[in-house]
Amino acid sequence: MNDAVAIYDVRQEAFVPASEAGPAPKRIVVAYGFWIFLLSDIIMFSALFAAYAVLVRNTAGGPSGAQLFNQVSVALETACLLVSSYTCGLMSLAVASRERAAVYVRALATFVLGAAFLALELREFANMIAQGATPQRSAFLSAFFALVGCHGLHVTAGLIWLAVMMAQIAVRGFRATVQRRLWCFALFWHALDIIWVGLFTVVYLMGVAS
Amino acid sequence: MTDIRYDRAPGDASAAAEPSGVLVYTTGLALAVLLTATSFWVANTTLLWGPGVSIGLIVLAIAQMGVHLVFFLHVTTGPDNTNNVLALAFGLLVVFLVIAGSVWIMTNLNDNLMPPEMMNMQMRH
Repeated sequence: MNDAVAIYDVRQEAFVPASEAGPAPKRIVVAYGFWIFLLSDIIMFSALFAAYAVLVRNTAGGPSGAQLFNQVSVALETACLLVSSYTCGLMSLAVASRERAAVYVRALATFVLGAAFLALELREFANMIAQGATPQRSAFLSAFFALVGCHGLHVTAGLIWLAVMMAQIAVRGFRATVQRRLWCFALFWHALDIIWVGLFTVVYLMGVAS
Repeated sequence: MTDIRYDRAPGDASAAAEPSGVLVYTTGLALAVLLTATSFWVANTTLLWGPGVSIGLIVLAIAQMGVHLVFFLHVTTGPDNTNNVLALAFGLLVVFLVIAGSVWIMTNLNDNLMPPEMMNMQMRH
């Protein structure tokens, strides 16, 4: 037993290449696996983006993006999501230093801002549908609701995930598994903000500018 | 120093030799706000040459995605980040193929398709 510890210590001292170091810690493996999932999720979004780019002019005589989109609402949604991404980053720092109160406050800020984003988006959808701009109206609107709606569903899933994680911290405390899940949640939330950057540029700003 | 041997986990801020995590996130937020504000200004101004606006918007969006990746997700060019960057590069390749390929093929198809009016004329003969 002591020999094994001694050998292990020697190995720590010398520089060992990654190929000889054995499996990486679970924290790294889990986060890397989740990173691969996020990239595949982004590839799925790229297919929806491609569909939107192809169909954006096929309005079938119905309303176009320039007539439907409200830039003030989009700017507010963008601000909500961006600041919630920031508070989520601060929450990760608080998780790393195990400050329970700071984690709750920053998670609450992230949740409220995410919920505000979702509320603004749903109001926008409701306004569009009230004007007759439903997904059935034209290929452009089908592609729009598929792309923006899919992002909205991701945000909804993220909000549920965040609420569950807060319950887990309250009940189980900062266990290694809970910390890994919080880590993955932060990655997920930041990735959603990256997708929103592409979304507000391609759908809203380019739709209004052209 | 055992961390050196393994690649860093994506999104891992604590393992880095960074001075302050809060400073990194705040810098990222400031840059992102600046780029977003510029995007909204570019889309609404009449000062710029119209046909160039969409290319400018795409450049601003890609820059902002880079800011998010570096400051929020902590993806760097360091040796402990090789796996993360390689996975990201492959993801971006597929994203590029899907979007550019779809747009290219469908534009070609639209250009070569006969307009409906002409099709009706031909069918009358």
